[in-house]
Amino acid sequence: MSAFSAIDQGVEIDANDFTPQQEPQPTWCPGCGDFAVLNALKKAMAEVGRSPDEVLLATGIGCSGKLNSYFESYGFHTLHGRSLPVARAAKLANPGIEVVAAGGDGDGYGIGGNHFTHTARENHDMVYIVFNNEVFGLTKGQSSPTSPKGHKSKTQPSGVAKDPVRPLTLGLAAGASFIARTAAVNPNQAKEILVEAIEHDGFAHIDFLTQCPTWNKEARAYVPYTDIQDSDDFEHDVSDRREAAEIMWETEEKLYEGEVLTGRYYRDADRPSYGEEKRSLGEIPEEPLAERYFDDEYEWERSADLLDRYK
Amino acid sequence: MNSNEVIWRVAGGSGDGIDSTSQNFAKALMRSGLHVFTHRHYPSRIRGGHTYVEIRASDDPVRSRGDGYNFLLALGDSFARNTQEGAYYGNEEIKPLSENLDELREGGVILYDQGLIDVDEIPDFEERVEENNWHVYPMDLRDLARDHGREVMRNTAGVGATARMLGMDLAPIEKLMEDAMPTDIFEPNLTILREAADIAEAEFSFDHDVAVPEGSHDEEQVLVSGSDTVAFASIDEGCRFIAGYPMTPWTEVFTIMSQYLPDLGGISEQVEDEIAAAALAIGASHAGVKAMSGSSGGGFSLMSEPLGLAEMSETPIVLIEAMRAGPATGMPTKPEQADLEHVLYTSQGDSTRVVFAPGSVAEAYDQTRKAFQIAYEYQLPAIVIIDQKLSGENVNVPGSFFDREPNSDLGSVATEEELADLPHDDHGKYKRFQYDPEKGVSPRSIPGQEGGRYLVTGNEHNEFGHIDEDPDNRIIQVDRRMGKLETIREELNDADGSHQTAYGPEDAEYGIVSWGSQQGAVEEAVDVLLDRGYDVKAINVSDLAPYPVAEVEAFLESVDLALVVEMNASAQFRGLTQRELGAFGDRLASLLKYDGNPFEPHEIVEGFELEIVDDEAGTPQANTRILSAAGD
Repeated sequence: MSAFSAIDQGVEIDANDFTPQQEPQPTWCPGCGDFAVLNALKKAMAEVGRSPDEVLLATGIGCSGKLNSYFESYGFHTLHGRSLPVARAAKLANPGIEVVAAGGDGDGYGIGGNHFTHTARENHDMVYIVFNNEVFGLTKGQSSPTSPKGHKSKTQPSGVAKDPVRPLTLGLAAGASFIARTAAVNPNQAKEILVEAIEHDGFAHIDFLTQCPTWNKEARAYVPYTDIQDSDDFEHDVSDRREAAEIMWETEEKLYEGEVLTGRYYRDADRPSYGEEKRSLGEIPEEPLAERYFDDEYEWERSADLLDRYK
Repeated sequence: MNSNEVIWRVAGGSGDGIDSTSQNFAKALMRSGLHVFTHRHYPSRIRGGHTYVEIRASDDPVRSRGDGYNFLLALGDSFARNTQEGAYYGNEEIKPLSENLDELREGGVILYDQGLIDVDEIPDFEERVEENNWHVYPMDLRDLARDHGREVMRNTAGVGATARMLGMDLAPIEKLMEDAMPTDIFEPNLTILREAADIAEAEFSFDHDVAVPEGSHDEEQVLVSGSDTVAFASIDEGCRFIAGYPMTPWTEVFTIMSQYLPDLGGISEQVEDEIAAAALAIGASHAGVKAMSGSSGGGFSLMSEPLGLAEMSETPIVLIEAMRAGPATGMPTKPEQADLEHVLYTSQGDSTRVVFAPGSVAEAYDQTRKAFQIAYEYQLPAIVIIDQKLSGENVNVPGSFFDREPNSDLGSVATEEELADLPHDDHGKYKRFQYDPEKGVSPRSIPGQEGGRYLVTGNEHNEFGHIDEDPDNRIIQVDRRMGKLETIREELNDADGSHQTAYGPEDAEYGIVSWGSQQGAVEEAVDVLLDRGYDVKAINVSDLAPYPVAEVEAFLESVDLALVVEMNASAQFRGLTQRELGAFGDRLASLLKYDGNPFEPHEIVEGFELEIVDDEAGTPQANTRILSAAGD
């Protein structure tokens, strides 16, 4: 019998079940794109039928890091850039739980960039939502890794001299097996993409355009947008890495020209997740490791039985 | 110094198999009934360079590398750099012999490979031999190895000749070789071993006075290092998750765990950096698994950040800090004890961590187990500090030492049944961080448990884990977290065995204080000092946080003056002691060493005599420094 009976119970869940009593009202600014992530995540999690007690939502620092303050589930609000290493270890320890990590563009593509690269490379079965608002919001408007070249801020008074990070291309190069971009202004697409990401068995990277009405006033509110799957102007095979790379590049260029492209960019449904890879090598137990600590019958191995080679 | 002992030094270049050769020889000595203690010295270099391993063997227990050594096997360095006028590396070909002469005792033995080493290149070699009454036996070990096998087997030739010169039976060595080697490798090695022994005997008439003593063990022994026992303790505490990044000397613990864990149904993760490594340990522990990570100084710097997160989020983890000489890259393969303050204070804010520094291979086992127990019961990070000395020294321990019960208890964790009776808000969120639980520890729940969901954050938080900066809440939560340390301090004082190790007569006039891995050398120095008629005792401190105030205070109050012995340049432990005790500045002098080599007992004896007995007498020898007590 599992010590974690919330897992896979298949109970009826409503999006409102993910609203906490402690902080039902987010403290984000009016008009902030972050609301859309929260709402889409609540709806998506209800749709896939996962209950609050079987979800771990790990976040970084910044406005986006507060996501789990406003989302009822197990939550770990980690440090700036560190949601991924915490989240992926929890998934290894107990593959039964639904693990979602989230943070801002500075969090994921800047300070946590090393973790992003390696977590994507390892292809852990989890969702990673990057709130991309092209600015550091909570610290009051400094340029971020996705701020456009020339972006002026108090810490970059002459304008940013470097090209922005290319989030989708970066995810692809690093090895993410599901890559999408959605936008706060497109709640239905956001929810659908989140459902697909949760159901995907591998690392699902979602670059979520979340407008910052306070610190990035010059930036577009990401309207109008184009869904590349719905548009006749675009046609690509999401399982084709080369085609994906091409349209990602174009999408990243266009954003800074004022055209917002969104949709599913890449999906490799065949690639085994990291857990599966390790399990096939015998480096992860068949039963979730976390269960063992609650199993009174388990005979724990002892160092006393390992001594032959030291004699 | 024990007259009934051999300290055998095998020297060569990195990559020549010195380590495995010495490991086998140490085992053979152990199996023949002797107590052994090994000491490694090697450069941060894959091939070549000045490398040696010392094996001290005696019929009495041995607790340190000893003073100097009395048998040198100089094997030659197959990766020696070309000699060149004025080159920085100098003539590396002769180094296995020339670099090792300073510490060779009078009357000592030199067996060297004349196939690779030309003594004419060594300045004043003949004079030094005569002066020190050394016994020199040149043999062409390389040639012998080439004749019967491959050149690399010259190590075996050296061991065979050594054994005969020390009057040691070849049988235990042959048995070890047979077990370790495939037949096609074993057979030529066996021939070389026997032939070298016979040639040595035929060619020389031994006139030295160094021999392997006779000894016996009451029970079967195992040869283990501090890294082994840290890993064994982790396994016995049910730790089945490790995350790390390679760094000397921490890599040893990481490697041992990574080799065992798959068979034990555990998980080992080599990750992108040490920030991730410690964060993974936090994530795994949060999800209900006993987890560890660790590093050495530089990597531990990166762990500073997740360490604070473990404290604030009250997530149990065990971290190993295997010190090496710093700062920055420092001397990667050399021991030092200069990370004490780093480990105690790193990461922002008031810290709530437990730090142990075991004094021996056996203590490394006991204290690592205790670290897991404290971490999981009190929901905080526990750190075990070892160093390049303790991590790599091999000693014999009775096999029965490890005959212990495993402990897989997750500590203060609620089951689903228990959760049903614990407080929740109206929506079912668990009150994870209650204000006034027993011992200040509010039970954790684990993701996936029904009725257990809560938020945890690196921000200050309320009872449900939600961010809260209310002053009253802040004070309550800080006091609760900090208060756990006082409870732990009491628990450690009550423990069936204190982690502090006292040595020598209780009513002695003078004291020697040390911490961590210096224990054995200090105890042997106390033995010598007592023999010389000095009234002295010692205490080796392992509990660094929370500090064992009462125990150290009682020790210092009972002595007139104490010498604090540590391997760093800024007297960090003396500073910690004064800070914790708020007194004794005029009673604590320091003996410091930071040249990359661990203390030998005679250096401590000398420091004590110079500073404690007669502080007008002068300065100690070049490798140590004295800082006198305040007002002195």
